[in-house]
Amino acid sequence: MRPLTLRRLFVQCAILAAILFVVVIIALKVGAVQVSLWGLGRDLLRVLYHHGEEIKSDYGLIVMDIRLPRILLGIFVGASLSVAGTGFQALLRNPLADPYVLGVSSGAALGAILALIVAPHLNLSPALADLLTPLGAFLGAGATIAAVYVLGRREGQIDSTTLLLGGIITASFISAVIMFLMTSLTGSNLRGMAFWLMGNLSTSLQRSVYWVLGVGFVVASGAIYTTASDLNLLLSGEKEAMHLGVDVPRVRLVVYIAASVLTGLAVSVSGAIGYVGLLVPHVMRQLFGSDHRILIPTAALGGAIAVVIADTIARTIVSPAELPVGAMTALFGAPLFIYLLRRRMA
Amino acid sequence: MTLVARPPASATIRSPLEAARANSDVRLSVEQVSYAYSPNPSQAPLFTLEAASFQARAGEIVAILGPNASGKSTLLKLIAGSLAPLSGRVLLNGFETHALTAKTRAQRIAMVQQESPLLFPARAWEFVLQGRHPHGRSLRFESDADVTIARNALAQVGAADLSERWMAELSGGEKQRVILARALAQQPLLLLLDEPTLHLDIAAQVDLLHGLRRLAVENRYTVVVVTHELNLAAEYADQVVLIQRGKCLRVGPPSAVYQRELLEQVFQTPLTVDLGSSGRPRVSVVAERQEFK
Repeated sequence: MRPLTLRRLFVQCAILAAILFVVVIIALKVGAVQVSLWGLGRDLLRVLYHHGEEIKSDYGLIVMDIRLPRILLGIFVGASLSVAGTGFQALLRNPLADPYVLGVSSGAALGAILALIVAPHLNLSPALADLLTPLGAFLGAGATIAAVYVLGRREGQIDSTTLLLGGIITASFISAVIMFLMTSLTGSNLRGMAFWLMGNLSTSLQRSVYWVLGVGFVVASGAIYTTASDLNLLLSGEKEAMHLGVDVPRVRLVVYIAASVLTGLAVSVSGAIGYVGLLVPHVMRQLFGSDHRILIPTAALGGAIAVVIADTIARTIVSPAELPVGAMTALFGAPLFIYLLRRRMA
Repeated sequence: MTLVARPPASATIRSPLEAARANSDVRLSVEQVSYAYSPNPSQAPLFTLEAASFQARAGEIVAILGPNASGKSTLLKLIAGSLAPLSGRVLLNGFETHALTAKTRAQRIAMVQQESPLLFPARAWEFVLQGRHPHGRSLRFESDADVTIARNALAQVGAADLSERWMAELSGGEKQRVILARALAQQPLLLLLDEPTLHLDIAAQVDLLHGLRRLAVENRYTVVVVTHELNLAAEYADQVVLIQRGKCLRVGPPSAVYQRELLEQVFQTPLTVDLGSSGRPRVSVVAERQEFK
């Protein structure tokens, strides 16, 4: 008998955090312009001590203004999708659930397309116009969450099966609407949209958006973490969890809303990056066990590592051109998924 | 050294004085509980459970018997407090079970039922530790005390050696023991079991009921068990509640309830009832039976 202790949780998260740190340094270093480790360390220290102006301008531009924000976005997106996937798998009691299973990504895509169509007619300032697509995506995701919630209730409570069916139906309906609207997009908008549907991290965002994402992640994944041991009991069934003192309707509502918010935020800044939210929880379960008290933080770190690696490969492999990161995660994710599936059956 | 002659347990409630004292340690009191289920409030209910009453003390085993769809499991859920009774009430140590919060209820009542399969793999000890959940704050890590309690619970059901095994690779009987251990880890006052002997071979069935008998005495549990095993119930239960089509027909010790005409009418099967070697009634099926009516 080896019950989870705070010490073990801390040690295992520290190991993953160290791996993430190394991955981030490598991601900062590689790219079309090579940067020396020494220069990188010196510049990072300068930023920390608020001497940013001493950094050579081209270095500063590439490393601090292009690569670093993109890596931070990758960390946020990977962590959010993995925590959301972990939550949805437990909530829907379905190992195949991922953050997009309830149609949040389709809703976000619809919102983004509507924003792209409407933007030219609005006469907005450039700053606001940049924000319009992510904002439209987030509103689309929110509307979908609300619609699926209404569809997914039975006798006033969320019902896992009804929720899943409601989500799948909503997603396919929205996809049909998207196909219809795509015909009205032209030229660069259409290419941007395709890139966006595949998922990518090259969007440039204002500093304030990073704050919104960071706070949103901490609040929403914190909310899911408060239900961690309830989720452990939910794995043996809803009746069983109830008899062990879990307030099942409350847990379902908290996880549903928080996981949806995480997905909505991630999708609105990066599009639908596939496989991360499905696979990372499974890999972490193999490594650290099914206890959600350790699964949720390790999934967050593992998701961040996975997306930063995938995006680094995506932007260097066909350099100076770029692949969408979603293509990368699918390329590696699909075979990994088949491997895990075969292993489980063996 | 003098031996004080004690009356046998069945003879304790004889004088009014003793009856009053016995009443004072009634732990579970089911008082005129009824329930009606209808999918649509405007329609007549599909299923009703008419007022049922019985009482049980600490250390007692109560068996609920009856044909399929007679309302046994509904009665068990009403006792567990997970269903709200239409009328009447279920008191556990004077508290109405349905009025308790989910957490308090889980500290006092443990339910053993047919388990749904686990979604992700877990080891037996992880499963048993889940029984400590209602006693902790939601994010607390298990303490040494919790581990000791879980380990004792496994030992009490003779499953200490199963601790490190995966739940998915246990046999039916082993799994049932681990599930029972999780219920024991809850340290309940009231232990409810819904057809715990289903899918078990005869040895495992006897093991389980024998274990329940011992646990009821040692841990002062009140045990309520829903079962189809008439003979095992007769052998191990102190009281039997006989239900048919939502009607509670008879409550009492097995010797009072096991009457041939009554059982034949309830179970719609020709039977004989005689005394087994333990002095408790024994039911046998008569081979030549009529066709289904």
